[in-house]
Parts: sequence; C-alpha cells; structure tokens
Amino acid sequence: MAVETGKHASPQGTKGGGGFFTSRPTKPYIHPYLGGALLGLVLFLSFFLTGNGLGASGGLNNIIGFFQDLVAPDHMDQVPYLVKIAGGDKNPLDTWSVFGVLGTILGGFVSGWLNGRLKVETVHGPRITPRTRWFMAFAGGAIMGYGARFARGCTSGHALSGGATLSAGAWAFMFAVFAGGYALAYFLRKFWN
Amino acid sequence: MAPFPLTLSTLLGHWGQYAVYALIGFAFGFVLESAGFGNSMKLAGQFYFKDLTVLKVMFGAIVTAMVLIFAASGLGLLDYNLIYVNTTYLWPDIVGGLIMGVGFIVGGFCPGTSLVAMATRKIDGLFFVLGGLFGIFLFGETVDLFAGFWNSSYLGRLTLQDWLGLPVGIVLLAIVLMALFMFWGGEHLERIFGGKDLKREPKARYAGAGALALAAVAVILIGQPSTADKWQALETEKAPLLAERAVQIHPGELLDALHNDALKVVLLDVRNEADYNLFHVAGARRVKLDELHDLIPSLLLEPANTIFVTTSNDETAATEAWKLLTAESVPNAYILEGGINGWLDTFASADPTLRRLAAAAGDDRLRYESAMALGARSPAATPEVHEFSLEYTPKIQLQLKKGPSGGGCG
Repeated sequence: MAVETGKHASPQGTKGGGGFFTSRPTKPYIHPYLGGALLGLVLFLSFFLTGNGLGASGGLNNIIGFFQDLVAPDHMDQVPYLVKIAGGDKNPLDTWSVFGVLGTILGGFVSGWLNGRLKVETVHGPRITPRTRWFMAFAGGAIMGYGARFARGCTSGHALSGGATLSAGAWAFMFAVFAGGYALAYFLRKFWN
Repeated sequence: MAPFPLTLSTLLGHWGQYAVYALIGFAFGFVLESAGFGNSMKLAGQFYFKDLTVLKVMFGAIVTAMVLIFAASGLGLLDYNLIYVNTTYLWPDIVGGLIMGVGFIVGGFCPGTSLVAMATRKIDGLFFVLGGLFGIFLFGETVDLFAGFWNSSYLGRLTLQDWLGLPVGIVLLAIVLMALFMFWGGEHLERIFGGKDLKREPKARYAGAGALALAAVAVILIGQPSTADKWQALETEKAPLLAERAVQIHPGELLDALHNDALKVVLLDVRNEADYNLFHVAGARRVKLDELHDLIPSLLLEPANTIFVTTSNDETAATEAWKLLTAESVPNAYILEGGINGWLDTFASADPTLRRLAAAAGDDRLRYESAMALGARSPAATPEVHEFSLEYTPKIQLQLKKGPSGGGCG
C-alpha cells in the first residue's frame, strides 16, 4: 500500500486500489440532514442509556495521562489538574470516555471500510503541499487540544452534548467556536481553496 | 421513577458498563465517517460557505437529540436530573471556544472527527490527533499558571430554560426554528459560494423540518413533570421509607457522619431565621422550604459521597423537604430524627444557656429558649463525640449515584 500524497482527491466516485482495505468501491457520503438525524439519535441514546453524552477530548486526556503516569507518576500526584486523572492508584484508563474514544475509532474505521474510504492519503487544499498540510494539522490539533481542555470539552463533548441538554455554557462555547473559525478563515483561505 | 438512564455499573458490573460506552462510541464514529467528517476539506468548507455539512450535521444532531431528550423526560421515561448537563464556566467556555475555532480552521478537524480521519488512514488526520494529544498534554502542564481564570465565572448546572426563565418547550421550539432558519440560509450560501443546485436536494427534508417543529410543539403540550408529579410517581416506593422510619437518622448518627471524613454532609435547615439564629447545628445551611427547589441543580453536582440531611424543629417541614429532594432525584437524602428539638434533647447539656420550655410548643416549633442567640457558636452545635454515649441503629447507606459519572465531556 503506497502512501499517496501530493494530490487531493475527493472520495466520491474514485476507485480504491487492490488489497483488503481498499478493494471496496468508494461510496458517497450520506446526506447531511440524514447524518444529523442519525447523530442526534446516537447522542440521545447515549444520554438515555448512560446519562452521559458523547466525547472525544476527555478520553484522549486520560490516554495521555496513562502514558504520563508510566513515565512520571510522582509528577501526576503533585499537579492538581493531573491528580484527578491519575493521582495515586487511580487508573486513568478506568473511565467511560476512554472506551468511547476506542469505539469511535473502530466505528470510523468500519464505516470507512464498508464505504471504500480507507485510502491512505493526505487531504489538503490544491495550493499547498502535503508537508504543509501535515504541519498545519499538527499545529491545529495542538491548538484544538489546548482549547478543548480549556473549555472543559470539545465539539462533541461540550457543543453537541451540552447543546442538546441546553447547557448555557455549551451554547456560549459553540458560538465562540464558530466565531473563532470565521474570524481567521479569511487569512487562511490559501490553505483551503 | 423514570426508568432511564440506567444504573449501568449495577446492571453490567464495573468493567461491563464500559461495553455500552464502546458501542455508543462505535455508532458515533460510524455516523461521523458516513457524514463525511473524516474529510478535512469538507469540514473546512464550512468556513468558506462552500459546504455547510458541519452546520447541518451538528445542529441537526443537537435539535434531534434535544427534542428526543425532553420528549422522553416529559413522558416520564427519562430523568433529566440524572443526565449530565455540562456545567457553565462562562468565560473559560468562551475563551476555550475561540481557541478551538482557531484550531479548527488551522487544522481542519475537531478532536472527534480527527479520530475518524485517522481511522480511515488519512495522514493529516493522524498528524492532527498527534497534535491534539500534544495540546492536551500542554494544557495539563500549564493550567496551574491560570487556574484562577480557568475556575472563574462558575454558574453550575445552568440551563437555557433557567437562564431565560421560560418553559423548556418554548426554548426547544425557538432553537428548532433557529436551526431550520440556519439550514435554509446555509443552503442558499452553498448555492451562492459553492455553486450547489438546490433543486437536486431531496424533498424529504421539508417533511423532516415539519416533523421537528411538530415534535417541539408536542413537547410544549406534554410539558415537563413537576416536583409533585415526580413525587406521585415515587410515592408507593418511597412513602414506606418514611413510615418505617428508615430515613430518619438519630442525632448521634448525624454527629458521627459530620465527623466521618469519607462522607460529605450537606445539612439543610428549613426553619425560620429567628430559630436558626437562636441555635443551629454547625455547618447547617438555612434554606426556605419554598426556595429549596432552586437549589436542586447545585445539589445534584455534589460529589457521590455526599449525604443530604434535612431538619426542622421537629420533622414536619423536614419531611416535606426530604420529599422534594427525593422527587428531584437527589441521592442519599435523610431527615434528622426529632429535628433540632431532638438534637437538643441529646446535646443541650453542653450549653448551659439553653433551657427546655416546660409547656409543649406545638408541632415543629422550637422547644428551647436561650438568653443568648448563639447560633452555631453554642457548644451544643459542635458537641464532643466522646462526652455522650450514643446508641443508635445506623441507617445511612451510601447509594451509588445513578446516571452520569460526572466530568461530562468525557
């Protein structure tokens, strides 16, 4: 499986190569409104069955905490924020959000496999190189990860889950996310268009 | 009592409960990928008005889940008090949101969607996940530098309906209409900036829009259960506890609980101000019975090892308070047996200024008087455990919290 980079290809209509992961024909995405309704149903079932919503950054937080605890357990016991994750005997992986994250990765993989979207590629704007895109993705990820913990939740855990349960802070957060994105979009247009 | 959410740890065991979260996560990842959220160009298109999939999926999901949650709550199937509502730290929420917006347009994903992109072997997704982990790590290492700000403007479990003072159904309908308006506007932006042909969009979306609006109206008509409704639903289960005196705890047990480091005791004193000033148990919070309901959102956020004890002069008002707490799903609620009169019958000898009235004072009236209103400074407010030989039948049993494990965003 060669790493294909350098050109952005829309997944729609393209055929994958051979091999187990890419032998299936690429199917188009489902309609956004259908996606929204299905996602809403999943979100509702999460609250209905467990009382908790969906999340990603909290689980990632605990996974990071697990590795930090392996390397520097004393440090984890001394910083107040980190004590809650892996203080003392606490196992940072013994949390529902970690299992939610693992499920999310698997679910995304299975959907990508069934719909022929497992091609190894770098999706990027036509005017930048894959290398630039990698750098931007890492930088954006770092900013996002920092912001997600700052706001005590990410797009899924705070905006989506808090939005559906009518949390006032979640709605303020959601509008701030869009405001931040739109405020900077013009200056970054060459990266995406 | 509303049967949902389930107490998963009891049903499936400590590790078994996580299977449910993994399955829900699976469905979440599957739907995200199916909707195109593993593709950064599609996500970034949101910010150039070319492709508003992000808006449609996100708000579509929020309004769908919201209407279902409050319909289920209105029908008595789901207990809204037991689901996790993200707590509000207003300014950190806004600043964190702005930072995330910047990260979104720079990196092209949010944390959940980057997982799906990585899972479908997108290299930019992998880099984003690595960056995200680094950012999370960095936050944990730097949060102490601005912990004051990070913990500021805390408003607890503040909901839009409480903030606006409107019935939840009205808020729901307003949000649904706002979302539909945004969808309509979004489609036209896609037509103008993305060259999309709206005639090829499925007609079924009008039916969906109508169904959502109707569902919101239905939630208005159903309404949400009042405290009285909730108590009525619970009465056959909970009233026997009162009759069997299973929840009235002896003053000695309260004193021991106050000294038990493993428990947090929230003592709610529902007497009038004069009685409270005359004497109250150290640490007791005075709250008027008719204002107790407003405290529920904050009581629900107390840690899992909290016990709530209501007290009045005897037990009448305290029992009403207990019913309210129980109906609103506040766990581990108890009543001080005999109220403050009972407490003082046990401990008044510690304070010579307190004198028991000769004549009965009437139901739920204070039977003690004092030349000095010492409040909690009275030695009887903090009696020495070893000076009294107390024998009682222990009744406190810490119940596992049903529903959210807290910490929401998971």
